[in-house]
Amino acid sequence: MDITVNDKIYTIEDIEMPLLWVLRDELKIHGPKYGCGIGLCGACTVHINKTAIRSCSLPVGQVYGNITTIEGLGAASVMHIVQKAWVEHQVAQCGYCQPGQIMSAVALLTQNPSPTDEDINLAMSGNICRCGTYPRIKAAIKTAAKNIKNKK
Amino acid sequence: MSKLKTFSRRSFLIGSSAIAGGIAFGYYQYKTPHNNPLLKHLNPNQTTLTPYIKIDPQGITIITPRAEMGQGIHSTLAALVAEELNMEWQSINVEHGPASSAYHNTAILEEGLPFAPTNNSVFATNIRKLIKVPAKFLGMQITGGSSSVVDGYEKMRLAGATAKAVLIAAAAETLKVDKSTLTTQQGYVMSETGVKLSFIELATKAQTIAVPSTIVLKNKSDWKLLGKSLPRIDMIEKCTGTAQYAMDVNINEMLYATVIMNPHLGGNMLSYNADTAKTMLGVKSVINLNNKGVAVIATNTWYALKAAKNINFIWEKAHFPATTEEMLEVAKNSFSKNNLNSTLKDEGNTNSAFNQINNVTEQLISGEYSVPYLAHAAMEPLNATVLLTATTLNIWVGTQSPTQVVKEAETITGLSAKNINVNTTYMGGSFGRRAEMDFIKSAIEIAKHTHNKPIKVTWSREEDTTHDYYRPLAVAKFKGIVANNTIKALDLQLACPSVLTSQMGRIGLPVMGPDISIVQAAWEQPYQIQNYKVRGYKVAEMLPVSWWRSVGASQNGFFHESIVDELAHNADIDPLTCRLALIEHIPSKKVLEAVASMANWHTKRPKNRGLGLAFTLSFGVPTAEIIEVENTPQGIKIVNVYAAVDVGIALDPRNIEAQVISGINFGLSAAIMGEINVKEGKVEQTNFHQYKVLRMDQAPNIEVKILENGEKIRGIGEPATPPAAPALGNAIFAVTGKRIRSLPFNKAINFV
Repeated sequence: MDITVNDKIYTIEDIEMPLLWVLRDELKIHGPKYGCGIGLCGACTVHINKTAIRSCSLPVGQVYGNITTIEGLGAASVMHIVQKAWVEHQVAQCGYCQPGQIMSAVALLTQNPSPTDEDINLAMSGNICRCGTYPRIKAAIKTAAKNIKNKK
Repeated sequence: MSKLKTFSRRSFLIGSSAIAGGIAFGYYQYKTPHNNPLLKHLNPNQTTLTPYIKIDPQGITIITPRAEMGQGIHSTLAALVAEELNMEWQSINVEHGPASSAYHNTAILEEGLPFAPTNNSVFATNIRKLIKVPAKFLGMQITGGSSSVVDGYEKMRLAGATAKAVLIAAAAETLKVDKSTLTTQQGYVMSETGVKLSFIELATKAQTIAVPSTIVLKNKSDWKLLGKSLPRIDMIEKCTGTAQYAMDVNINEMLYATVIMNPHLGGNMLSYNADTAKTMLGVKSVINLNNKGVAVIATNTWYALKAAKNINFIWEKAHFPATTEEMLEVAKNSFSKNNLNSTLKDEGNTNSAFNQINNVTEQLISGEYSVPYLAHAAMEPLNATVLLTATTLNIWVGTQSPTQVVKEAETITGLSAKNINVNTTYMGGSFGRRAEMDFIKSAIEIAKHTHNKPIKVTWSREEDTTHDYYRPLAVAKFKGIVANNTIKALDLQLACPSVLTSQMGRIGLPVMGPDISIVQAAWEQPYQIQNYKVRGYKVAEMLPVSWWRSVGASQNGFFHESIVDELAHNADIDPLTCRLALIEHIPSKKVLEAVASMANWHTKRPKNRGLGLAFTLSFGVPTAEIIEVENTPQGIKIVNVYAAVDVGIALDPRNIEAQVISGINFGLSAAIMGEINVKEGKVEQTNFHQYKVLRMDQAPNIEVKILENGEKIRGIGEPATPPAAPALGNAIFAVTGKRIRSLPFNKAINFV
């Protein structure tokens, strides 16, 4: 089957393989991370048609739209507005969970441009951070929400 | 073999005259610098000035040879060098660099000495200086013990200043002017007349200039980078998914593997049947790993993980008890003469105080506390990538001990160190786990079977959780007397398996003297209690144990500060007043006063809200925390956390604040819900549905204040963790009247 990842088309042999391992081991796209393999930690979060999904738990054969990983969101030279907020707040420590955090945050803001603290907690509690960067994640989401609004 | 054993035999004993006079022969060799490890891999267009600086046409690269596991250490170490070189922050490159004894850690051994951080006597100071000698000979390049900044503070600035001195000397020669007329700016040496020579063009000549005997470091008042919150050098790549962890390494023709080791830890593998697994899609082979477990080699990690689930095993049982309950019994039965390991605190006369207690005017309180085993649960499961040929070994791994990796690789492959390259990557968390060698040794073993092809070995989360080196379980027994509005006596006994023995044993080093890991953050606290005894008892090793963020302080902070709180409350003394009255050490007093002010400690709260205070001096950092909780109908909610820390000199305030928040959240996660249990001889918790960790919906607001009254610079990786559990427990008591003496708290009370 063919899948589209960050606007490029790839042909995949094994439709049973979870999307995460297709991305990482087959396509060498390493932004999405392996953290738990059972959809509990959020490190593997990518978008399918702008919805956040746990790629470790989705066989690639069930992919139903365009896949965006953290790499497709923005690069160092042209960062996504959420990534810029992350850098502004110096969110990351070890950074391993942050691609997943950012993908979840972008999906949240797409659905809810003015999230409250409770909205943020609900949307982001699927993403674990063992370094405890939660306060800065929350602050960055609020900054990004404001910046997205001001851009319009 | 262990060089330290040689020192032991040559009377390296604390207090002997050999120490007092200095170790003559050793000192000469100590003064001889290590070779520069950068010389080995230099390209023709590269030069190196000191082991910490490389220069090529692209610019300056600073070597920061400590594990970047989230603490931001690469940024701070680089800033120390860049400051002296007057470099612009945005212009530098940073690399971890090779494994080398030139990057040995001298500060880390200090923490293990039996001197309290408040002890600044001549004797203690001299021993701290002298411990650098064996540290250098041990040649351990190791990250841990919150020591990287302490270790690097002078070293790295000296490297930068040395490089600047030879660059200036080179420019002086070239321009035929006096050195004193030259300055450095933005990567150039500048003359009075405005002539600029770049570091890049001067580097080759600078390399030939003899290092001057006196190097002058900049005054703090002249700092441009240090003391400021700098944007972390790894921040953009970590926010754009381009930062490379060991898990992300990709080499041509790479194979993938996973391991399944005996879940009855330490036992052998009696037999296995991989007939089905071997036939599965993508599987190349199944390898017996020295009868301890197997590895599955495949063309994709997923195929390896899937096949691993289709192997049947017969495992030997472990040598330790099969249940947590039995293990706890072993710990509780360890308060015996046989197991007594140290009595590092024995002030006044606790025996008389308790024997002669006045039941009218004095109150006796006693009890027992316990904490469970804990997992590290870093976000990046253990992994390593190895390329082994007949003549060389290359390994890509997140490790806290690169030089130990080389030693293990030498042993396993027979190759010599000069043919072994360790590429130390970013780590997706570690908290002490990646100081161990197990996952690295097995990866190298597996690479022997891949016939010159690189292989990435990835542990499943389940394997990572069930094959950890845990934070030990521990039990504390106390009795205390309160009288005259103060704590008159405290007798604290601590029983814990020895992290030190466990870990040092694995790398072939003897443990000399008392085991500090059992009693740290209990024996050396700055409380001046009249009758004060702290004893450590060594419990048999059951589950394998190792460093877990803040080590012995992680449990002893909870024990000591809950007990002080119990004693204070029992006598109706304000917990803050009680502590301030018993502590003379100024930096410790000031963090207590600071946190009390931040939290408005004296402002009465509504009935459903309460404050808990805790103070721990660990890794030389006085840390005071106050947690405010609300008692809701659904359970306890953490409303606010306040923390005051004293790091002596604050090199990067925002980074320090991030580490304090990190340490607190790490401690709270364990306190509320962290628990590793053993059932039928195996660790029960396998993944995050069972080993629960703190998530955003329960993460509190945290306010941090950084003080600089301490006598010397300190690290901040661990100190914020120990006070978190007791501060929370003390807050729960304040608002419910319920004293919880064993962790995790969620077994006794609900949290929202």
